[in-house]
Amino acid sequence: MSTAMSERRLEFSQTMGVMRRLMTLVLPLRWSIAATLTLGIATVGASVGLMGTAAWLITTAALHPSIADLQIAIVGVRFFGVSRGVFRYSERLLSHELTFKLLAGLRVWFIESLAPLAPARLLDRSVGDLLDRAVSDIEALQSFIIRVLSPPLVALAVGLGIGCFMAWFSVGAAATFALFFILAAVVVPAATWVWAHAEGRSSTISRSRLGDAVVDFVQGMPELLAFNGSQSHRAKIDTLRKELARAEHHAAMTDAVTTGAGVLLTHLAAVAILIITIPQVRSGNLSGVMLAVLCLAAVAAFEAATPLPQAARFLHQQVASAARLFEILDAQPTVFSPAEPSTTAWNEPGEQSPSLIFRNLSHTYPGTTRPAISGLNLEVGAGARVAIVGPSGAGKTTLAHLAQRFWDPEAGQVLIGGIDIRQLDLDNLRRSIGLVSQNTSLFCGTIKENLLMAQPSASTSELQAACRYAALESTLSELPEGLDTWIGEQGQRLSGGQRQRLSVARTLLQKPAVLILDEPTAQLDGPTASALLQQIFQAFEGTTTLHITHRLVEMENYDAIVVLDKGRMVQQGTHSDLVTRDGLYRRLWEAEHSMW
Amino acid sequence: MIDHRLARLAGRHRLLFLVTVMLGFCAGLATVAQAFEMAGIIDAVFLGGFALEATVRPLVLLAAFICLRAALTTAERIAAHRLGERVVGEIHSRTLAHLEQVGPITLGLEHSGDMQMTLSEGIDDLGTWFTDYLPQLALSALVPTTVMVLVLTQDPFSALLLVFTAPLIPLFMVLIGGAAQSKARERFTALARLGAFFLDTIQGLTTLIALGRIRDRVDAVRRVTEDLRQRTMGVLRLAFVSALALELIATLSTAVVAVEIGLRLLYGRLEFRDAFFVLLLAPEFYLPLRLLGQRFHSGQAGVAAADRIFELLSLPVTVSAPAAVGSGMAPPEVLELRNVHFTYPSREGEEPRTALQGINFQLQRGETIALVGPSGSGKSTIANLLLRFIEPTHGSISADGLPAYNIAPGQWRRHLAWVPQEPHLLAADVADNIRLGRPDATDTDVKEAAKRAGALYFIEQLPQGWNTPIGVRGARLSGGEAQRLALARAFLTDAPFLILDEPGAGLDPESVEALEHSMSQLLQGRTALIIAHRLSTVRRADHVVVLDQGRVIQTGTFAELRSSEGLFSTMVRSLGGSP
Repeated sequence: MSTAMSERRLEFSQTMGVMRRLMTLVLPLRWSIAATLTLGIATVGASVGLMGTAAWLITTAALHPSIADLQIAIVGVRFFGVSRGVFRYSERLLSHELTFKLLAGLRVWFIESLAPLAPARLLDRSVGDLLDRAVSDIEALQSFIIRVLSPPLVALAVGLGIGCFMAWFSVGAAATFALFFILAAVVVPAATWVWAHAEGRSSTISRSRLGDAVVDFVQGMPELLAFNGSQSHRAKIDTLRKELARAEHHAAMTDAVTTGAGVLLTHLAAVAILIITIPQVRSGNLSGVMLAVLCLAAVAAFEAATPLPQAARFLHQQVASAARLFEILDAQPTVFSPAEPSTTAWNEPGEQSPSLIFRNLSHTYPGTTRPAISGLNLEVGAGARVAIVGPSGAGKTTLAHLAQRFWDPEAGQVLIGGIDIRQLDLDNLRRSIGLVSQNTSLFCGTIKENLLMAQPSASTSELQAACRYAALESTLSELPEGLDTWIGEQGQRLSGGQRQRLSVARTLLQKPAVLILDEPTAQLDGPTASALLQQIFQAFEGTTTLHITHRLVEMENYDAIVVLDKGRMVQQGTHSDLVTRDGLYRRLWEAEHSMW
Repeated sequence: MIDHRLARLAGRHRLLFLVTVMLGFCAGLATVAQAFEMAGIIDAVFLGGFALEATVRPLVLLAAFICLRAALTTAERIAAHRLGERVVGEIHSRTLAHLEQVGPITLGLEHSGDMQMTLSEGIDDLGTWFTDYLPQLALSALVPTTVMVLVLTQDPFSALLLVFTAPLIPLFMVLIGGAAQSKARERFTALARLGAFFLDTIQGLTTLIALGRIRDRVDAVRRVTEDLRQRTMGVLRLAFVSALALELIATLSTAVVAVEIGLRLLYGRLEFRDAFFVLLLAPEFYLPLRLLGQRFHSGQAGVAAADRIFELLSLPVTVSAPAAVGSGMAPPEVLELRNVHFTYPSREGEEPRTALQGINFQLQRGETIALVGPSGSGKSTIANLLLRFIEPTHGSISADGLPAYNIAPGQWRRHLAWVPQEPHLLAADVADNIRLGRPDATDTDVKEAAKRAGALYFIEQLPQGWNTPIGVRGARLSGGEAQRLALARAFLTDAPFLILDEPGAGLDPESVEALEHSMSQLLQGRTALIIAHRLSTVRRADHVVVLDQGRVIQTGTFAELRSSEGLFSTMVRSLGGSP
């Protein structure tokens, strides 16, 4: 019991912390929020006014006064009848306008915060999880202003206002009203909050696991079918769905019970007020007219308390979703742009391609003990073409990652044109390095849109030239819509070779100072691979090039070859030099060519 | 106002639906009784001058009706939730089962982010339709009618007023609803597009960063979200206007009734008790209609989602499962492709792509065939056909002379193992990923399979070893490592037929050597179709089939083909082998 209590207390303090942050988020909108609140109060006020005045009108009319005595009430009834709708409409419009501005801002902020975290900080997160945060969690926050922030404040104002009004006529009636109103507006929501404690978290977890399983079902369907695993995967999805349904069922029960409790309290309040006021009417302390007015006004005022249990339930979801968002928004990137970046840029046409130097480089990935690179010195001279070879896990790709500053090395430096890359603005650095790898992503859209990604200002003739150099022209001429051909999700409508050529064309448009090839031909067959490599070399003639490869063919094309093993450089030289010497290179080379 | 496809779905859960509506209706009756008692008490005290003691009985009755109403309301909500939950559970598993039959090739034309959105948010919207909208629709017909009849017995003039104003509510709903529906659909499309856009962005984040163009993407995100915001507000503005209309009708009518009965009371044409009863009932008359109006928006969202779901459900089935013919099929001796043609399905307005034009060949039990050819020559299509992801447009595939369409795909695939080019790694741990084809395999078996695939060394170096979850598309793993996991899957499955898509690709020479060793082990006594990119693989094959532009242009052994002029010898030379 005491652990449950302390858990609640912990959750409560967490909730308060997240709420404080959400409040700072909406702080700039405070005047609009105040206007929303005023309109919300006016809406319930109009309801109370309508029922109260109507009750007064009818009870007074029953005493057959002159019609003039009823005029004001008649006007009042009509006024409240019209104004309620108008108040409600304006309140909704304003609060939703506010909310969706907030959401749009959050989405942009989310991607802005996510971007610097990739790839180093996102390795242990699944796409489904991140997508959930970007879409569902932000979507969940849409109820923050409308359902969480504003109802309690409206209820407070209405409760106080109506309580004072009733106290004017009957303190007993006001006290009774206050008792029931507090039950409906404080106790029931608080109970809901406690009941809904576990459900919010477990439904969020099952929701994201269900999302992952559905992504796997859709994207991994070939594997699931081929291995006859699709049925059991569907069964797994069904189980996850049932888990989610259980969590949501709990929520629905809470919802149903609190709805019932709301009905009960609202109308029992009227009964209680009757019990208190009937003797007052009898003793003449309260007019019979006011008996009806107080009852009906009290019932109408409970409209302000009705949404509160739901607000309490939403609070859990809000806090969970917001906490998941803040987790991304607060995560620290591994690398930062320098405060005062060097202004060096190498994208002037005709300019000499700069050198790429790795000096005393050592790096160990977080969570691992074995260094991926240790004490490496490597110089790719201006305009030179160097190959890096070695078995898997030798640290070849780590070099590419360090050159692009996906991580900063533990020790040593990477220099481009003699400048430490840490002095360069990150975007500038990455635009200066062209990367073609075996798993470069293409984006859903047309060929043109994918190309423009590298150089938004490129003209159509520049695009066509890039395609020509990347040997994509014949492909384009076969496609009915040419550059405007839609390539599907991740370019799936293209073949492997076409995808790689498209990413080469994209890199060409980027006009990089230095080119890094990370096994760009790994997924291609021999002739296609050789042709592509030749085309890349031609297109990037004169550009400093580092080619990471394990495919030892046409090795005469390189000014130097560096052999890595377990993060260390074990050999360096030209092909003709290395192949005659005993060593890892010769062994690798023989393995590659032993098939002939 | 009610979509017939959705109505049919509801029909399958008729009983629960009726229970829900009856509970709601009885709650409505309790409300009427409550109003009646209330009016009686006020009348007795106000005009009759009764003391508290004299009103105990009606007060107790009033409290009882209130309790009944609260209980019925609670029960109605629970039943409604059950209804939504059941329909959603049914439609969700039905949709997934259907998508499975549609198969990966046709689904590849759809947007998976979009589809995921439909299968999560879309399904939820559908549930809300059944929980909130449908029962309310029935109640908004039943409760006001009952109230109206009761008012008629007390005060026909007021009843007349209610009768005249009531139809305005559905009228407005229909008028505004038409526009709102198309807006809601647009909004749903925009939301789905946002999902797809975010998926694309998150999957391509590393590339965007490598291009140094993340800021442009952020601008694009801003545009897409702004578009969504405007569409959402468009939908909501309409929804709010319709709510305003309903609200005005309801409150104004209540006001008119109040004034009207007040005046008639004044002139003594109505009893106070009846007048007060009518005043109490008037808001209850409109309440179900107003609630329906409030839920109209969720009703719209449900219909829009239903559109997308039924669209998925109407995608054509690629491979139809036959009636139980050939169940429990033994491993076949020979697989044969006879005059097989295949044209890929296309999106609207696009030329369909012909991939195969009259392919003939046999795969005999125990032999290894290497498929060779330039990219786009149709190699993967043959693999897709043999995996039964697609059926030939013309021609036939058969096992021991029995046409494939007579064999259930599940049966057929039981004898196949597959190593794809870019394996999809499931969001599960490493061990479960290997277990894909044999979920009941022991840890020892899994370990053995991983060892044979050359995956053991890197798995054991992972932070949580076998229990390491695999992240963003297997971001923790390199392409070669992912491929080794796919190989381990095949080793574990232990099927007599193998389809290997570029087995050596992505592996370095040292591992290839190790892999070749284990592969030759695996190939023993097994039948394999290998989409080969490495000559070592081709040389080991019993037969080589050379494809170009969807046709077989050469067949023979490695030695035969190497010595004869043709595409194959050109491909061999292009590797530039000799030192």
